[in-house]
Amino acid sequence: MTTHLGMPVVAPRGVGHLRGDRSFPAAAKDALADTQLRRNLGHATTVIRNKRAAVVAELDDWEALRRAGEAIKTATMARLDEHLQRLEEQVIARGGVVHWARDANEANRIVTDLVRATGQTEVVKVKSMATQEIGLNEALEAAGIEAKETDLAELIVQLGGDLPSHILVPAIHRNRAEIREIFLREMPGVDPELTAEPRRLAMAARTHLRERFLRAKVGISGANFGIAETGTLLVVESEGNGRMCLTLPETLITVMGIEKVLPTWSDLEVFLQLLPRSSTGERMNPYTSAWTGVTPGDGPQAFHLVLLDNGRTAALTDPVGRSALHCIRCSACLNVCPVYERAGGHAYGSVYPGPIGAVLSPQLTGVEDNASLPYASSLCGACFDACPVRIDIPSLLVQLRAAHVDANRGRRVPTPEALGMAAAAWVMADPRRFANAEKATRAGRLLGRAAGRITTLPPPLSRWTASRDAPRPPAETFREWWARERGGRS
Amino acid sequence: MKIALMVTCLADALFPDVGRATVRLLERLGHDVAFPEAQTCCGQMHVNTGYQQEALPLVRHHVEVFEPYDVVVAPSGSCVGSVRHQHAMVARRAGDEALAERAEAVAAKTYELSELLVDVLGVEDVGAYYPHRVTYHPTCHSLRMLRVGDKPLRLLRRVRGMTLVELPAADQCCGFGGTFAIKNPDTSTAMLADKMRHVLSTGAEALTAGDASCLMHIGGGLSRLRSGTRTVHLAEILAGTS
Repeated sequence: MTTHLGMPVVAPRGVGHLRGDRSFPAAAKDALADTQLRRNLGHATTVIRNKRAAVVAELDDWEALRRAGEAIKTATMARLDEHLQRLEEQVIARGGVVHWARDANEANRIVTDLVRATGQTEVVKVKSMATQEIGLNEALEAAGIEAKETDLAELIVQLGGDLPSHILVPAIHRNRAEIREIFLREMPGVDPELTAEPRRLAMAARTHLRERFLRAKVGISGANFGIAETGTLLVVESEGNGRMCLTLPETLITVMGIEKVLPTWSDLEVFLQLLPRSSTGERMNPYTSAWTGVTPGDGPQAFHLVLLDNGRTAALTDPVGRSALHCIRCSACLNVCPVYERAGGHAYGSVYPGPIGAVLSPQLTGVEDNASLPYASSLCGACFDACPVRIDIPSLLVQLRAAHVDANRGRRVPTPEALGMAAAAWVMADPRRFANAEKATRAGRLLGRAAGRITTLPPPLSRWTASRDAPRPPAETFREWWARERGGRS
Repeated sequence: MKIALMVTCLADALFPDVGRATVRLLERLGHDVAFPEAQTCCGQMHVNTGYQQEALPLVRHHVEVFEPYDVVVAPSGSCVGSVRHQHAMVARRAGDEALAERAEAVAAKTYELSELLVDVLGVEDVGAYYPHRVTYHPTCHSLRMLRVGDKPLRLLRRVRGMTLVELPAADQCCGFGGTFAIKNPDTSTAMLADKMRHVLSTGAEALTAGDASCLMHIGGGLSRLRSGTRTVHLAEILAGTS
């Protein structure tokens, strides 16, 4: 692997939300014990999963669409630099300003300076993963600027002093009763008679937000797509809050990860079919907003596009791992993942949870800063089947595990696991050693002598026997039986 | 047809009945079974835990052992998945293109048991008799890596005397995942709990699957609960006679 001119850099520490403060197994242990969380997640993921399955089954050419999405992304990544330059030229030609941010710190500084220059101390935000990734709200707050989330679920998370736990449905870990409590506690002027009826909750949020939209002078968004040929940015959403933020303020600032660029409008056709069906399980999303530079007398009169790297170029240098950059943030992999469904999004410690987060976060931060995430999967493969752009997440997980193991080969004291794996490989590489090891295993028969099963084993196998019995080794292995029965016949 | 048995290290050491049943079944169908005694392990545990470098000698050994045979069968979707999807990858990552190509050739003639029976040997009724109420768990690697589809069910539906009941949420992982069960024991156990709940809801006497590893996991949970429901490998059912 080569680097040049000091690039590529991984996402810096100490800023943003790509790293957790605990390993996945430790964080998951607590989440698994939260029965309300388990119920909320189980219910929500099952509902979205079934909706997605139904609308995907309607299309005869779904597999062809997936392959087209994969092919467009692969081709785009291969010439990412050219497409980004074209995007920049077109945005500038149409009256926008383009900023390049190497990492989260640079992006936060650029956006903060831009808001400061307007003299405003309040901004409205469209739901955006990129700004969550870099911790923009915290950076703005430190500069005395209040960032107001306007997506309903982001609002719930923000009012609750919480963190998002899902890419598409950030408050998936909350149920209606919990949302009502948060609104009653945190929403100024809310009707004290508020019930947990979804319509009433939505109306309360609508009243609360409407006033913010009307007085906001600065809007901040992310982007689902950036079309290089015309310099157009797009946001795909369901609630209409995005449309308000993108059209009402005088200044619009868009933070977009560099991997979101598409060369042409005809490429978009594929993704506008893939994304809504994969994310919300809808044939078409209610609002698709597209804007190109600045239009005099219509919408924001100042437009800034911040192109964010923050580890993406580093991921691009890995010929296998780079396919994680093809992700269109639909969340289909989260909704089908048995690990996500039980442990929830916070256990991943990054704004990108679930299977895609387990392969994206370690690449953006460097694998050693998120070393437990590639192991947070049983490699069941449900994510690969659901992914609209065919990211082979299980294979990426396996490669990242190898990258982690290889990164630790230089340690002066190898881990017990590394020693065990090396020993096992040495034994298994030779049939005689292997047969002898099998004979040694037979000593385990003593453990299960009384009950015919083994209920306790020493560490690390104690982690197995904590909840499952282990099989009692047989009196005769298969190869011994074969030699006895069919001796010499192989 | 002369068929080489890749018994898998797990079945060899802990579940020899699975290997014996596979031999009995194939011989009853009129085939000649060979057991290359030099075989050890496909290296999947190493690869899936990140130890690809350590897996390389195992891949080379596997290729050398099975290269001489025309057809190889394993009573495991997971181990066949490893041969088919990982061996060449491990060799290429180590820069050994020649080994990768040999591994691909071995992979192309290696079949999971239900694939061999239905696709290669063209049988669905293997003449089995198994007078029990059984439910079937399609293991993740059989289902999503090998795409065996309903082949195991087509074989099971022809078994005489057996009541086959559908397993709810059958396509969900049982939580085994090799070292995942050790590295993430709590999440693994949560997945296992749901799988066991579904198995027990069927009222089946036995749960069957094409992988001894998944059965060891679910069976270990069912045994811990003293549930009275046992696990039995697909090969053992298909080998059963009256």
